[in-house]
Amino acid sequence: MTLVNQATQPVLDIRGLTVRLPARADRENAIEGVSFSVLPHEILCVVGESGSGKSVTAHSVMGLLPPKQLTATAGQVLLQGDDLLKKTPDEMRALRGARMSMIFQEPMTALNPLMSIGDQIEEILKIHTDMNARERMARVVEVMDAVKMPEPERLIHSYPHQLSGGQRQRVMIAGALALEPVLLIADEPTTALDVTTQSQILKLIKDIQRTHGTAVLFITHDFGVVAEIADRVVVMQHGLVVEQGEAKSVLTNPQHPYTQMLISSVPSMTPPMRPATAEAPVVLETQELCKTYSDRSLFRATRETRAAHNVDLTVRRGETLGVVGESGSGKSTLARCIVRLINPTSGQIQIDGHDIAGLSESRLRENRRLVQIIFQDPYRSLNPRRTVGASIIEGPMNFGVDKAEALTRARDLMKLVDLDPGSLDRFPHQFSGGQRQRICIARALAMKPEVLIADEAVSALDVSVQAQVLELLDDVRKRFNLAILFITHDLRVAAQVCDRIAVMYKGEIVEHGIAAEVFGAPGHEYTQALFDAAPGRDFEFGNFAAA
Amino acid sequence: MLAFIAKRMLATIPVLGVVALFVFLMLRLSPGDPASIIAGDYASPSDIERIREQLGLNASIPVQFGKWIWTLAHGDLGISIFTNLPVTKLIAQRVEPTLMLSLTTLVFAVLIAVPLGVIAAWKAGTWIDRTIMILAVAGFSIPVFVLGYILIFQFSLELRWLPVQGYTSPFVDFWKFTRHITLPTVTLSVIYIALITRITRASVIEVLEEDYIRTARAKGQSERIVLLRHALKNAAVPIVTVIGLGVALLIGGVVITESVFNIPGLGRLVVDAILKRDYPIIQGLILVFSMVYVMVNLVVDIIYTIVDPRIRY
Repeated sequence: MTLVNQATQPVLDIRGLTVRLPARADRENAIEGVSFSVLPHEILCVVGESGSGKSVTAHSVMGLLPPKQLTATAGQVLLQGDDLLKKTPDEMRALRGARMSMIFQEPMTALNPLMSIGDQIEEILKIHTDMNARERMARVVEVMDAVKMPEPERLIHSYPHQLSGGQRQRVMIAGALALEPVLLIADEPTTALDVTTQSQILKLIKDIQRTHGTAVLFITHDFGVVAEIADRVVVMQHGLVVEQGEAKSVLTNPQHPYTQMLISSVPSMTPPMRPATAEAPVVLETQELCKTYSDRSLFRATRETRAAHNVDLTVRRGETLGVVGESGSGKSTLARCIVRLINPTSGQIQIDGHDIAGLSESRLRENRRLVQIIFQDPYRSLNPRRTVGASIIEGPMNFGVDKAEALTRARDLMKLVDLDPGSLDRFPHQFSGGQRQRICIARALAMKPEVLIADEAVSALDVSVQAQVLELLDDVRKRFNLAILFITHDLRVAAQVCDRIAVMYKGEIVEHGIAAEVFGAPGHEYTQALFDAAPGRDFEFGNFAAA
Repeated sequence: MLAFIAKRMLATIPVLGVVALFVFLMLRLSPGDPASIIAGDYASPSDIERIREQLGLNASIPVQFGKWIWTLAHGDLGISIFTNLPVTKLIAQRVEPTLMLSLTTLVFAVLIAVPLGVIAAWKAGTWIDRTIMILAVAGFSIPVFVLGYILIFQFSLELRWLPVQGYTSPFVDFWKFTRHITLPTVTLSVIYIALITRITRASVIEVLEEDYIRTARAKGQSERIVLLRHALKNAAVPIVTVIGLGVALLIGGVVITESVFNIPGLGRLVVDAILKRDYPIIQGLILVFSMVYVMVNLVVDIIYTIVDPRIRY
């Protein structure tokens, strides 16, 4: 931290910044009296949950707030002493991309799908410099090289959809750095990436910050990332800065109750002791389950993709089996096969000893009740035009339960998932993300299933909400003695809720065992790589809940 | 890509087959008899019967259909019942004015509508946007023949700027062609301008919400280039689709416009043929129109691949 002490003038100094929300919003200001500064050569992390105002702060620095909807009403934003709020739109345009630049969460959508990678990086040089075409091209290749893109001369002609997620984010970073800005704003740049890719991108940002001396304003909700990368931390809640300080001291000795709650909600990488479930009867078992997608075409050879290959797994009553893996590993394909949302290519799926893998749609129907699934995005998995009550009772009524009885059960379930039973006649948009996920759990439970599949069910939720939903899932598992197949990319979550863990890689289960053993001594090299990549793995987040 | 085009070309054959069957059956099953029209008001039933026999209309419907398909397979659309001229020749004589009118309409509509739509999207919610949208609704609502006569009245009869009707080939006298084609083009364009403007506006507004637009702004790109290079190109796929559909709809509009402005094109040919029940002409023209439609769709699909590198066949 010696660099911080040497620093003189901050690169970015935000003083008392207030941004007003449009009329009829749930609060008057998006952010209020926000003050913090980013020093040269440092990475400042702004942490907070959704709605905390961290992105609004970043966008006001860049002058990218939607005009007329959000306006800065007070304060100063000083970039090397220059007040950005006093700049004209043209002056801001000249600064954006040149002296300050920004990278975003989802590199797939942040890149123009119709422009080649090279053109998109070159565009920045075209806007801000007088370089000729050859100089520009040379610089593009140079920055592509700096972000460690393989074969830059060839890749400049590719389009975003031809690259991997990590490469796309590298392209974004290359563009952001093309003109050596003094300030780089990174808005959740690794949230949409896999853990192993995330760790590479974090390392890249850190390296670049060191070699180029760029000041970095890094926005994240993930304390693992904070532990990995931050020099200093600013914690925001409801548009206010509630705490700021050196990363180490905030992480180990948080002062504000909100920070304490956030850090306590971060699941530990060390699995807790769990009672053995080995004697309980097996409810779900798959044998050599395969799903192969084949792409047939008249004019070329058939291409086959093995999404899941020879998957053998068992889940006992009252047990949670975690399936972890990165995107494309086949874990969601597996989940969808087991629910028979898609048809497996071969193999068996035994539910209570009956094979449902090959059942026809009509024979399958009676078994559908037994396996229920909860999806990742509660915003899209509830029909927005139906009341939550209608969504919950639809399943049981399909299986012959009469409406009054289904409604009584729905009310009981709403109570069980900690929601007001009187709100059954409301629509999904009237609930928060966490509440919607509770509704999805209630909907699944209404079918009285034997097996519950949670497909990334907490991945879209804020940490504090995530902790509550995980607790609820564990509670319903015990209460109904359910078998849960828990699919996640988040190793911390898996460590906390799973009895056993199966690691999937390229469609196959490469390692399988009791959670404590897999986490304690990963056997397969892929598992080891996966664990090594988890951000903040060396950092044990304390429990400050009691403090 | 070539394989795709070849495949699509082959696919037109069954499409045309189905169209041929439907056209043929609809004409035979609808009332009206070319023989009695040829024979005139004072003909005796035996005269009509004789003419029917000559025209081959007394054969059973499958036999008639088989004969027609056989000649079709040889690239022959048959002989017109009334003029005794080959249908292919009649079409060739009339195709130029229709082609020219369609072309000028399409170009004019796109040139006006796309900029209007982009401006409306850029100024979404302001009075500029609202004015453009009100004009678009008006454009949708006004029938072609009403607009045609209003324009003729104003610009030809009152102001005497442009000729009332008629057609001159651009290869004969380009200036006269321009004067003749202006009013029909404007008349026929209005509905397409309305349609394309609306789609362009909606499509651009949607694209302006995308993350890469924010990225372009974060690079310091000017609003004008954000709008034209980043937004409009990404909005192009639905716009191209609608322009393609517009070409198909154009066929209906051309018929009316050619009648209003007395242009000797395919529209007039088909109207006259229908009134006289000249089966070979009607059948031939509808086949030609459906062929055009299939080709336009193919062109639209090929344009997709040029606009969007993610689309590959």
